Amino acid sequence: MTTTGIPGSPATDLGFLLHKHPDKAQQFSTSHGTAHVLYPEADDERCTAALLLEVDPVALVRRAKGKGRGGAPDSALAQYVNDRPYAASSLLAVALAAVFSSAFKGQSAARPELPGRTRPLRIEVPALPARGGPGLVERLFAPLGWKVTAEPVALDERFPEWGDSRYVRLVLEGERTVAEALRHLYVLLPVLDDAKHYWVAPDEVEKLLRSGAGWLEGHPEQRLITDRYLTRRRSLTQDALERLALARLAESDDTEPERLDNAVDDEADTEERPVPLAVRRREAILGALRTVGAARVLDLGCGQGQLVGELLKDPRFTEVVGLDVSVRALRTAARRLRLDRMTERQAARVRLFQGSLSYTDRRLTGYDAAVLSEVIEHVDPPRLPALEYAVFGAARPATVVVTTPNVEYNVRWETLPAGHVRHSDHRFEWTREEFRTWAEEVARRHGYGVEFAPIGPDDPEVGAPTQMAVFHRNATAKDSGSTAQNSDRTTQDGDETVQGRNETMKEAKAA
Amino acid sequence: MTGTTTDDVRTLAVPELSLVVLVGATGSGKSTFAARHFRPTEVISSDFCRGLVSDDENDQSASGDAFDVLHYIAGKRLAAGRLTVVDATSVQPESRKQLVRIAREHDVLPVAIVLDMPEEVCAARNAARPDRADLPRRVIQRHQRELRRSLKNLEREGFRKVHILRGVAQADAAVVVREPLLNDLRHLRGPFDIVGDIHGCRSELETLLTRLGYALTRDGEGRPVDAAHPEGRTAVFVGDLVDRGPDSPGVLRLVMGMVAAGHALCVPGNHENKLGRHLGGRKVQLTHGLAETVEQLDREDDAFRQRVRAFIDALVSHYVLDDGALVVCHAGLPEKYHGRASGRVRSHALYGDTTGETDEFGLPVRYPWAEDYRGRVAVVYGHTPSPSATWLNNTICLDTGAVFGGRMTALRWPERELVDVPAERVWYEPVRPLVSEAPGGADGRPLDLNDVTGRKIVETRHLGRIAVKEENAAAALEVMSRFAVDPRLLAYLPPTMAPCATSKEEGYLEHPAEAFAAYRADGVRQVLCEEKHMGSRAVVLVCRDADTARERFGASDGTRGALYTRTGRPFLDDKDTAGRLLDRLARCIGDAGLWDELGTDWVLLDAELMPWSLKAEGLLRNQYAAVGAASRAAFPGVLSALEAVAERGVDVAGLLGRQRERAGDAEAFTEAYRRYCWPVGDATGGGRLDGVRIAPFQFLAVEGRSLAGLPHDEQLALADRMIAAEAAAPYAHRVLAPTRRLVVDTEDEASVAAGVRWWLDLTAAGGEGMVVKPLQALARGADGRLVQPGVKCRGREYLRIVYGPEYTRPENLARLRIRHLGHKRSLALREYALGLEALDRLAEGEPLWRVHEAVFAILALESEPVDPRL
Repeated sequence: MTTTGIPGSPATDLGFLLHKHPDKAQQFSTSHGTAHVLYPEADDERCTAALLLEVDPVALVRRAKGKGRGGAPDSALAQYVNDRPYAASSLLAVALAAVFSSAFKGQSAARPELPGRTRPLRIEVPALPARGGPGLVERLFAPLGWKVTAEPVALDERFPEWGDSRYVRLVLEGERTVAEALRHLYVLLPVLDDAKHYWVAPDEVEKLLRSGAGWLEGHPEQRLITDRYLTRRRSLTQDALERLALARLAESDDTEPERLDNAVDDEADTEERPVPLAVRRREAILGALRTVGAARVLDLGCGQGQLVGELLKDPRFTEVVGLDVSVRALRTAARRLRLDRMTERQAARVRLFQGSLSYTDRRLTGYDAAVLSEVIEHVDPPRLPALEYAVFGAARPATVVVTTPNVEYNVRWETLPAGHVRHSDHRFEWTREEFRTWAEEVARRHGYGVEFAPIGPDDPEVGAPTQMAVFHRNATAKDSGSTAQNSDRTTQDGDETVQGRNETMKEAKAA
Repeated sequence: MTGTTTDDVRTLAVPELSLVVLVGATGSGKSTFAARHFRPTEVISSDFCRGLVSDDENDQSASGDAFDVLHYIAGKRLAAGRLTVVDATSVQPESRKQLVRIAREHDVLPVAIVLDMPEEVCAARNAARPDRADLPRRVIQRHQRELRRSLKNLEREGFRKVHILRGVAQADAAVVVREPLLNDLRHLRGPFDIVGDIHGCRSELETLLTRLGYALTRDGEGRPVDAAHPEGRTAVFVGDLVDRGPDSPGVLRLVMGMVAAGHALCVPGNHENKLGRHLGGRKVQLTHGLAETVEQLDREDDAFRQRVRAFIDALVSHYVLDDGALVVCHAGLPEKYHGRASGRVRSHALYGDTTGETDEFGLPVRYPWAEDYRGRVAVVYGHTPSPSATWLNNTICLDTGAVFGGRMTALRWPERELVDVPAERVWYEPVRPLVSEAPGGADGRPLDLNDVTGRKIVETRHLGRIAVKEENAAAALEVMSRFAVDPRLLAYLPPTMAPCATSKEEGYLEHPAEAFAAYRADGVRQVLCEEKHMGSRAVVLVCRDADTARERFGASDGTRGALYTRTGRPFLDDKDTAGRLLDRLARCIGDAGLWDELGTDWVLLDAELMPWSLKAEGLLRNQYAAVGAASRAAFPGVLSALEAVAERGVDVAGLLGRQRERAGDAEAFTEAYRRYCWPVGDATGGGRLDGVRIAPFQFLAVEGRSLAGLPHDEQLALADRMIAAEAAAPYAHRVLAPTRRLVVDTEDEASVAAGVRWWLDLTAAGGEGMVVKPLQALARGADGRLVQPGVKCRGREYLRIVYGPEYTRPENLARLRIRHLGHKRSLALREYALGLEALDRLAEGEPLWRVHEAVFAILALESEPVDPRL
């Protein structure tokens, strides 16, 4: 932070403002390492104070390790290979507030008149992690009266194809009080960093209100700032623990945890912000289930339980089972459905459990209907036959409802680049013809009839955005045949039991 | 019906495992009787339970809860196989009904001992007890009335034995004798030769018994009537002697003779059971080969048929043998039925766990009970024909379909050796083929969730039982289901590998001296140092052609194999490149002549695929390169600021020096990861292999054979031949990369020093490091336990990528040396054993679910909490 002299106050007054003497090298121990305050230049004209936080990378990992059993709750912070020692992160923000606590409050014991005065300030942050890039940096600081220079830092000049890193070199110039400048940095550094391991303490709201006083309320990006600042309030450690096992698998495979742990999207299709097409889809599925009079229903691949929730609203569905392969999705579903607060009678209607349609599953037999809503497109095509067998061959509900995107409609999505799928995890998206071919083949092989319906606006040229197939199990000759076999066997079995009893008598006699 | 001897001394027979119900009015002396004949812990009294729930043994209002407790305790004891005595009046039918139900639920025999005492005796005894002194006389009278009414009904109520003691003298003189059950032959210790289903294949049976070392005795007509083993071994037949085959009477004659002579034991199969009913004059359908037996028996005389009938009638559903270590029965038996006696125990022993449904061939659908079996007792059975006999959860089915043209199999116990003979011909066409078209491979059953989820125990040949925790299975299920290649192509996952012990050498965290010393301590003399390539681990299934991939592995999309990562994910998103790579490998294997030499149409390879950036680009960009970028952005400013501070005369020499070193460390870190990154393909894309390198270092398995036991130098020699074949062909880009190696003798100081030097040179030139493996695979230490199959020694610079740019600073190294290798080593061994198991199962042609079980367990173990930097 550099300032220049102003009338009645030489630049070296920065020392009074920060409460740190310009001719000393001072160090302070903070929770994540040693903070040094130094003055590379200090005369009446120009004075620069530098804050250097020496993060102890080993302590960072070992400390994090203590939080969860047998491993860090957040694998990113648990890495020894970590940008924290180099980048201006939340750790720096915390150090800033601790080291310059009086300046932060706008107090100066020796020169009480100084803190209230604005003065020309230049602040340089050499490596600022900025999720959102230079654009967002500009949007956050410029409304506060700063002239912003944010230059992206290349990831590795040896590999120009890798592009820019998430860091920028930030220079802010403006006429503000030192306290204001510190408070801006204190709030906005972690907001830009947006690191997943930004632990939010219970009093974080208080801190935000205090530090944001006077500037946050009118800030055009106020929503984004508060969201990012507070977004991790909800038991972050808990969240991290839930995905620990999965994160370890990612780690052992040199993969980022997010690439495997992508089953839950906390933003999309929430109760507060439902996606219109998803609503239409659920209406269509419920309609199909009501038409066939299904009462006991499986939602296979229930995700975060949106459809399960809709089904529970209708008492005709007496038993609703949500199955998903993602434990995290199921936990989110349980939370959203408020399973722990349901009455016993309500709770008795619903069950959520982990399962996978790559495997047959005895728990899934004997239901009226199964729904596979937006599920098949998440399965690699070579593994679809196993899913088909698990659902149509093994579980064999009377009705199966399948929905999947209609790829032809993609040209109507303005935001979707040509040739792209709608979701990064989609392994394929089918045309109406492809879906029809698949569904009819499945129906033929497993003794079902099938009919199709569009969901969403039915475009004359490309069809509807979602396509639905409803399968009805045939009462086949094979089924009746096996019933006959059964009754035959029952008499045999009855016989058997008598025989068995005699045997027992015999053993008893001899005993 | 039972127990009556003289009027003076009554001997009351009680099965060793039974529920004994004392019946008698209040004051009839039940507790005294129980205390005299049973251990205190065997007796549960209603008074005691009343006290437990209400603090008052005589509080009749607490009876309901008290009996709940009593029933609960009785149930727990019976489930654990302990004789239990219920001390309550039990004079009312309803109360006894519940006890009979509990006995049945646990498949034990209910026994009633009735104490029928004169009213005066009961009254006098109650009067002597202060807490019962004011009990109205009418209560005793009511009990007496109810007791008398009950007496004649007890057997009908389900009591298998009823002992009635009348009067004080008889009760005092009675003696309780515990008797073993018929199925309890624990005192017989064998050794045994257990023979699978025979189905009238007399000739094969003779051959098998001869192979087992039995000497046959023949009657005047040359028919075998007995067989004895010179070492006194006992044959045990698992049943299904008859039906379908050519000579059921001949088999019966031999087996009956052996049993009568004490040379064999026999349990009944469902076919004997049905034949017995037929011979007993009941109407049964002459299906499933019974017609043949009946026809053959018609040619025998009536006396023989009577003998057969008596023989079958006397068969006991199952036997517990060899001190309780072995159970033999026909169709298998879950642990809770062992040594028990009830209709359903017999039914399970004969038919297995049928679901009540039938399959498309009209045959009953069987619940695979053995998959859930977790008992310590080995269960040997037959009944379900399968291509080969294999142990599963300590159970083994010996029916290998002799009558269908398969084999007849015997198990030597306790040696656990299998001995079999081929069928002389197909005697009977099977109704259902042994395989079906359901997705799931040769066993005709697709993968089931129960194969993999929940807490699992996987039996391995090299390390015994390996447990998988539920939460680890849950994580593995998600990755396996959502990201892995088709399980049919995923026959193996590579085990994790532990690093060598932490080095105390200055400046080093890992150093080869530790690896050599550890193997020397394990008694492993020759080790092979293999260069580590710092790519990404890749397992490659290469088939000679797409047809092989389809027929052997069920690949559906015309591929000739699979290339996958250590968690089973497809290695390359781009199918085209993956296809080219597989083609190249297949061609090199072919050009090296290895298809024919190894006698196979497919090979499973363990390899390293380079560059690292090919797979780990996301990680590189978001983590490794990012850290480098941040450091390069930060340090110039930091250093110039500190220099300016120093120029102002402020003493920051220490700080400045330290920051310069840190900047240097960050630069070294960047150099470290850059070595493992380079671009691949050409600008036009299109699945080019330019820049892609693959270093195969182990041939894991080929058709019919796991190669995991091949010494590692021979393994690398096979890889070298592939490389030579590639070099001899006119390819524009070489894909195969050689693996440098060095053999070290851990006992020879000069050799060890050479090994250390080799590693220093390798890593100084930018190498990742090396893996040290016992030259002979499957090495075991002096104590007979598996030693680590390999340990890694990572280079000093490479470790910056793992422990951070500044890990070499002395204060950091000192702390980093505190690392705990125990769990990682244990994990490495367990995963190794599971990998070997998967390969063995694959090579032996076991069903998909068996191979998948082991592979899945490896993936699950990978999610165990172990320091990821090890």
